Amino acid sequence: MKRIIALIAACCAALPAAADAQVAVRGETVYTMAGAPIRDGVVLVGRDGKIERVGPAAEVAIPAGYRTLTARVVTPGLVDAHSVVGLAGSLNQPHDQDQLDRSSDAIQPELRAIDAYNAREDLVAWLRGFGVTTVHTGHGPGALISGQTMIVKTRGDDVGDALVDTTAMLAFTLGPSVAPNFRNAGTRARGIALLRAELMKAQEYARKAKAGEQQPRDLGMEALGRLLAGEVTAMVTAHRVSEILAALRLSQEFGFRMVLDGAAEAPLVIDEIRRAGVPVIIHPTMARPFDELESASVETAKKLRDAGITVALQSGYEGYVPKTRVVLFEAAIAAANGLGMEDALRTITLDAARVIGLEKRVGSLEAGKDGDVVLFDGDPFEYTTHVCGVIIEGQVVSETCR
Amino acid sequence: MRRNLSACLLAAAAAAAPLGAQEQPHAFRGATLLPISGPPVANGVLVVQGGKITAIGGPETAVPAGAVVHDLAGKTVMPGLVDTHSHIGGGDGGDRSQPMHPSVRILDAIDARDDGIQRAQAGGITTVNVMPGSGLLMSGQTVYLKLRDGNDIYDLTFCRDVVREVCGGMKMANGTNPRGEAPMAGTRARAAAIVREKFVRAQEYREKARRAGGADRVTPRDLELEALAEVLDGRRVVHFHSHRADDILTAVRLSTEFGFRLVLQHGTEAYRVADDLARARVPVSAIVIDAPGGKLEAMGTNMANAAILERAGVLVAFHTDDAITDSRWLLRSAGLGVRAGMSREKALEAVTIAGARMLGLEDRVGTLERGKDADFIVLSGDPLSVYTRIEQTWVEGRRVFDFANADDRKYAVGGFGAFRPGAAVHVHEGEEGH
Repeated sequence: MKRIIALIAACCAALPAAADAQVAVRGETVYTMAGAPIRDGVVLVGRDGKIERVGPAAEVAIPAGYRTLTARVVTPGLVDAHSVVGLAGSLNQPHDQDQLDRSSDAIQPELRAIDAYNAREDLVAWLRGFGVTTVHTGHGPGALISGQTMIVKTRGDDVGDALVDTTAMLAFTLGPSVAPNFRNAGTRARGIALLRAELMKAQEYARKAKAGEQQPRDLGMEALGRLLAGEVTAMVTAHRVSEILAALRLSQEFGFRMVLDGAAEAPLVIDEIRRAGVPVIIHPTMARPFDELESASVETAKKLRDAGITVALQSGYEGYVPKTRVVLFEAAIAAANGLGMEDALRTITLDAARVIGLEKRVGSLEAGKDGDVVLFDGDPFEYTTHVCGVIIEGQVVSETCR
Repeated sequence: MRRNLSACLLAAAAAAAPLGAQEQPHAFRGATLLPISGPPVANGVLVVQGGKITAIGGPETAVPAGAVVHDLAGKTVMPGLVDTHSHIGGGDGGDRSQPMHPSVRILDAIDARDDGIQRAQAGGITTVNVMPGSGLLMSGQTVYLKLRDGNDIYDLTFCRDVVREVCGGMKMANGTNPRGEAPMAGTRARAAAIVREKFVRAQEYREKARRAGGADRVTPRDLELEALAEVLDGRRVVHFHSHRADDILTAVRLSTEFGFRLVLQHGTEAYRVADDLARARVPVSAIVIDAPGGKLEAMGTNMANAAILERAGVLVAFHTDDAITDSRWLLRSAGLGVRAGMSREKALEAVTIAGARMLGLEDRVGTLERGKDADFIVLSGDPLSVYTRIEQTWVEGRRVFDFANADDRKYAVGGFGAFRPGAAVHVHEGEEGH
C-alpha cells in the first residue's frame, strides 16, 4: 500500500519527526528476539531512527555523542496484533466510537481505517506508556466485513505521523455477534452465504477490470479485489469451531490469505489450523469467559504454539470497562500459564510482527530495523515491574516509570 | 429445594458450626506463612481443627497427635482473600419500578451452583460481598458469603438465620448509572434528594420502633424502613458505588448527615479527595482497571489510586467487581497496587484484612490468627508475582480448590466446557450495571 502511504504523507504537513539524537540503550538483559538474550547488551539507534548495532557491551562500544539510557531489561517495542484504539475512544460515547458502522450493510470493505483514526486518543498514549509501540488497529468485530485495518506507531498528532501501513487487513466477523447489528445477517450460515456471494461479485469485478471492460467503479469491490489478489489479508474473528472451519473454507474457496482472530475454540481444531498454515491472534488472555468467549482459556497460547502455529496476542475490542486491554498484561498471564516468559514475549513482539506482516521492520532488535525499544526495571511480565522508557524510531517518547 | 421453610431454617441454624467442619486436626508444615497480622514466618506450622485455626507459629509449633500432616515446603500460605464487591452467583437486586429497594435481598436470588463461585475459589477468594448492581440509587441488600462448597444459599452465608439476622450490607450508587426517567433520578441533586427523603422516613420509623420496643413490633411493619433502620443503627454497612470525586463527597455527606457506616465502592477518583476521606475515616474498596474510560465517570482512572489513599491514611481494599474483572485475578490487584506505589504490607492487607474490616468480619477472617476461621490459600511463591500459582484454597479447614485436581483446574484455566453457558453475570456492550 505504498502508493496510499505516499498520498497520505503528501497531504500531511507534519511528517514523522526525525530522531532527536542518536540513542544507545544498555541493558543488563537484552531480549532481542533474534537469538538468545544478551547479558549486558547494547542497542544503538542511529539518526535515521533505525537500529545500527546490537550486541554485548564488551563488543559494541557506545560512540561519543549518543544519549545513553540504561535498564535492567530491554525488549523490542511491543506489537499489539489487534486493537481498535484510535477508532474506539476511551469516552465510550457515540462520537468516539468509530470501530463499527451499523447504519449500512453487514459487508463494508470500503471503510478505511485512516479516515477514522484519532492519533491523539488517550488510549493510544496509554498503550504507549506500557511499551506498545506498534498497533494493528482499525475496524472492529461485529460486521461480516467491518472495514479495513491499518498499522500505526503509537506516536504523532495525526494519522500521517503515526502511519506505517494504510491497509493491513480486512476485518471479518463470523458468529452471533453480527446478527444484532444488521437486518440481513441473522445466522452463521446466512452470513457465510452473503460473504460468498460478495466475494464472487468481487471475482467478476476483478476479471472485468483486468480485461479492461467498462464498469462503474465500486470501492467495496476494489477492496475485496485487493484481498483476492493477495495484497491484503483477511483477519477473521471466529470463536466457535463451526466459525473457525467456515473461515478456513472461505479462505480456501477464494484463495485469500487470512489470520484467525479470537479463536477461543482453536485448541479443538489445532490440526486443521496448522494444516491451513494460518496464524492466530488469540483473544486477550484475561477475556471474560462468557458468550462467544465461553471457551476462552489462559492456556490457548501455549497449546497453539506447541503445535507450531504462529501465535500473537491482542488487546482486542472492549465494549465497556476497561475500554482497552494492554498486551503486556495479557501476555503476562499467558507467560504464567505454560507459555513461559520468552515465548510470551514473542507473542507481543516478533510473532505479532509476523502475523501483521511487519517483521522486516519491527518485532526484534536487529540492525536495520526500526529503533523501537522498551526499558523495564525487571521481568517485563511481573506485576511489580515498571516500564521506564519507551523509544519509537529513536525518539524517547516516554521516560516515566509505569 | 424440597425442604419446607422450617426445615430450611433448621438447616441454616445447623450451619452455625462451620459447614462440615473437619474434626480431625490438620497441620500444614514447611511453608512461609504470611499471617498479615504480623511478619512472615519461615518454615511455619499452621494447625486447624473444627474449621478454626488452633495454632500458628514457627517450626517449633506443636503438631497435635493424630493430625493429618501436609508438607508445604517451598510454598507460601496466606489468608483466604476477601473480595469486597462481586456479582458472582447470578443474583440480582431491585428493578426499575422505583429508585430505592432497601427490602430487596440478593440472597433470595443467589445460585449456589453458579460457576462464578468456582472461579472465585480458584482465585483464592474465600469471603465475598455479593452485591446487586449499580443501576439504582439503592438496589438492595448485599450478602456476605463464605465460599464453602455449597449446595444452596444456606451453605454459603456468614449469618446463621437469613430471615432474622443482618446478613450483608446495603448497596447504593450515585453518578450516572442510577440515572433515568422518573421514577429514577434525572440529576445528581435529585438523586441525593430522593435518598435524603427516604432516610428521613427511616429516622421516623426507627423512632417509632424505639417507642414500640423493637422493630418487629411496629405495625404495620415496613420492610423497607426496617432495613434502613438497620443502616441507621450501624448494623448494616452501606456499600456506595461512586466514581467521580464530587459524587464521592456526596456519599460522604449523606453518611455524615444520617450517621450510616459507609464503604466507598470503586472510588475511582478517591485519590483526588484522599485527605477528605482520611479525615472522615471513610474506607475505599477500590478496583484496578487496565485502562481508563469505558464510561465518562471512569475517565479519572488512576493506577495509583490505592497508593495515594494509603499515603493519606485511608483504609483501602481491592475488589473484583466480577465480572468487570475476573475473580481469578484478585491477587493481581495487589501486585499492580505495589507497582503504582503501595507498600507490600498494605497491598496484601487490601486483599485480606482491610476488606474484612469493611464487611465487619475482621474477627473471623482476613488474617491467620489463632481462633479465626481456617480460611487460607496455598501459593507456589510470592503472592505478588504473576508466575505464582494459587494451588489450593481452604475454607474452614476444608479444601475447596485444588489445582492438581482436573475438575478444579478447569475453573482456573478455562477452556471448552469449563464454564456453564449463561450461568455467570454477563457484561454486554453499553450495559452499565456494575
